[in-house]
Amino acid sequence: MLESRIPDGQLIDKWTNYKSRVPLVSPSNKRRLDVIVIGTGLAGASAASSMAEMGYNVKTFCFQDSPRRAHSIAAQGGINAAKNYQNDGDSVYRLFYDTIKGGDYRSREANVYRLAEVSANIIDQCVAQGVPFAREYGGTLDNRSFGGVQVSRTFYARGQTGQQLLLGAYSALSRQIAKGSVTMYNRHEMLDIVKIDGKARGVIVRNLMTGEYERHFGHAVVLATGGYGNVFYLSTNAMGSNVTAVWKAYKKGAMFGNPCFTQIHPTCIPVSGDYQSKLTLMSESLRNDGRIWVPKKKGDDRRPRDIPEEERDYYLERRYPAFGNLVPRDVASRAAKERCDEGFGVGPTKLAVYLDFKDSIKRLGQDVVSARYGNLFQMYAKITGDDPYTTPMRIYPAVHYTMGGLWVDYNLMTTVPGLYAIGECNYSDHGANRLGASALMQGLADGYFVLPYTIGEYLSNDIRTPAIPTNHEAFDKAEKDARDQNNRLLNNNGSRSVESFHRDLGHIMWENCGMARNQGGLTKAISEIQSLKKDYWEKVRVPGRDNVLNPELEKAGRVADFLELGELMVRDALDRSESCGGHFREESQTEEGEALRDDENFTFSSAWEYKGEATEPIRNKEELTFDTVHLTQRSYK
Amino acid sequence: MANLNLTLKIWRQDGPEEIGEFKTYHVTRLNTHMSFLEMLDVLNEELVNTGDEPVAFDHDCREGICGMCSMVINGRPHGPLEGTTACQLHMRHFNNDDTITIEPWRAKPFPVIKDLVVDRTSFDRIIQSGGFVSINTGSAPDGNAIPIGKEIAEDAFDAAACIGCGACVAACKNASASLFTASKISQLALLPQGQPEREERAIRMVRQMDEEGFGHCTNTGACEAECPKEISVDYIRKMNWEYHRANVRG
Repeated sequence: MLESRIPDGQLIDKWTNYKSRVPLVSPSNKRRLDVIVIGTGLAGASAASSMAEMGYNVKTFCFQDSPRRAHSIAAQGGINAAKNYQNDGDSVYRLFYDTIKGGDYRSREANVYRLAEVSANIIDQCVAQGVPFAREYGGTLDNRSFGGVQVSRTFYARGQTGQQLLLGAYSALSRQIAKGSVTMYNRHEMLDIVKIDGKARGVIVRNLMTGEYERHFGHAVVLATGGYGNVFYLSTNAMGSNVTAVWKAYKKGAMFGNPCFTQIHPTCIPVSGDYQSKLTLMSESLRNDGRIWVPKKKGDDRRPRDIPEEERDYYLERRYPAFGNLVPRDVASRAAKERCDEGFGVGPTKLAVYLDFKDSIKRLGQDVVSARYGNLFQMYAKITGDDPYTTPMRIYPAVHYTMGGLWVDYNLMTTVPGLYAIGECNYSDHGANRLGASALMQGLADGYFVLPYTIGEYLSNDIRTPAIPTNHEAFDKAEKDARDQNNRLLNNNGSRSVESFHRDLGHIMWENCGMARNQGGLTKAISEIQSLKKDYWEKVRVPGRDNVLNPELEKAGRVADFLELGELMVRDALDRSESCGGHFREESQTEEGEALRDDENFTFSSAWEYKGEATEPIRNKEELTFDTVHLTQRSYK
Repeated sequence: MANLNLTLKIWRQDGPEEIGEFKTYHVTRLNTHMSFLEMLDVLNEELVNTGDEPVAFDHDCREGICGMCSMVINGRPHGPLEGTTACQLHMRHFNNDDTITIEPWRAKPFPVIKDLVVDRTSFDRIIQSGGFVSINTGSAPDGNAIPIGKEIAEDAFDAAACIGCGACVAACKNASASLFTASKISQLALLPQGQPEREERAIRMVRQMDEEGFGHCTNTGACEAECPKEISVDYIRKMNWEYHRANVRG
């Protein structure tokens, strides 16, 4: 039933052969084909501009006031590419292998290989757009290393790589908007997918400024709406990051792949109080020069600089001598949790470990450290009031990225014909754990170099389909559903704020479906989420009206969807009784406390199918076959 | 973690055509570790709980990089701390019993949509008028084909760091968008990739800036002083040079 549509042939030839054989759409036909893109982050902006350049009519939507605000902008560290500019033995195969291994063998070989193959083109494209990457004195591009790999293949622009790449994609998008080949809708939020004869044919959006509901037809619809980490309430995502578009697609028949695969990033600024609205990441690149440690003595309250060297436990270097502080994110996060759970945590909450630059400053000098990480140090100082040049940073893991997302085939199409998902909102490529600097790579690979080709396969069969008028009954029904939900929220006359429900949901998710998961907690979480959801619809209070800018109403719709998603994530986590990557089931670990996979029973991606409000969803499987890599226990020792 | 009680005077405006006014609120039991926007979250949750409408304000990443947050705090765009967006400003920079005035960006090309939310699509149109390199996907040469000196790359980066928040406009007595426009013109004029369209870009972007109704630059330097990314007014000099150079070469 799940057709992955992986092309035949050897792994290294698949994409080349595919491109040679994929049906083309002639320029005159492209002009008559409408494509809708939801979201303007790296994936959405790059896809919209590339498809417009090819000649398609593109309509693009974002909920922010400008396409330049998408949360890709906050990515700090860098973007991977198999260029081998450093002459350190890198290759497409190595990038592919590192990504498959880093993902703990839960992703599709063919997709990951394609990702590694196109990675080099991304760097070229971005340089040509005027992205100011870091350079060597000789004028060539500079690289740094990142977690989970032993080569330097990460390109960067200070600590603001995501910003510079997004502004590059935004500039390409702006050029097409000026030409009239992309119509841009700022401050519009997608509220439903419209399906006609089983195919995605349009969307219902709400103009957030006026509250008007609008209908838009498209021969195909592309979702590029990012991840759903905000289901945990506290995460490194932007405040507006949400699952709504993806969730509506799920309810319209697009299956949800591996919903429980969540990345907990090891180096974030710890929670400081109940009022906290979000968590701030400190780039993984800091682990290149920072050393992570806790005191050897439980509850040691001395100031860090008063704790002598021999009384410090550099636990990552101790446990993983080969990779040291540069182990993958899931491993580093669990190790921090383990130390804190054992009582070695530091700071007022004892839920933190030190990230110390003392040795690097001694070795390289403060100037060099400042040139590499100055803006991150400054950000840390602003938030905490501490100076990381003299006092080690305090860090703790936080929800950062969701590897799960809409299930897609090799063409990046969901199980709804004509509905595509690209970037973080799909489940492909990263398996059970994403390596650092690979999110930017995947977003731009999907948007610039994959989707613009693969969408042709579908659209080439659609050249005789005229635009469907938006007074079609399917549009009526979808708009009515969207209006009804908002009216229900506004007229609920409850007593509790949306925020308070979201906070409760986040607490349930973090406690039971966070860094460590077990059967008891997950089972309990399902009933807790169900009763919270029931309460929500009885007691939530949403002030204001529908026909004006109403941020509370926007938030209320998003939290309603998070409440449903949370339950699906927990179900998936319960179903997958093995540990793999970021999904750690306490029942399945090695003697040393590492994640223990169960390849015999779980070498598959789950694909959950919605069966209606009153029925439990069905878990379908896409069996993963590995022809090229050999599955082993991941080791970074 | 000290406790704070504050008086807030906040601009409330129902819609673009409505007349706005300052309203006064008292918030108690805040603490100094909160960010400024978290302080507003506390106020908003109280307003929701008492049946009032919360204050609308733009915000998204809360990491100082998306450029969405935009409010004038005690007369200064993004508040009292230099090189800081409102979302990165923390309450430890305020004192107990302070009165804080909060209002939206004030400039004709940034009309108020509601409360503290303004429409900044004029900035998007300035970029659309020429803030790009005309290169289609797939036609780029190898990334190392054209060496770019480290200093030039760094200079271009300094200009490219603009987050498009509009604080420069809000700070300027003329509501000039010169710093915003100059940063993009300079970034691309510095890099070899920007050369083929250099003249046309400068002329088009400056023209669009004028058409949007932004004022002229009179070299006061308030934009640099209030820019959360501390972008230098030197780029305005560079923009003027680029613009005149383009006209001469016309």
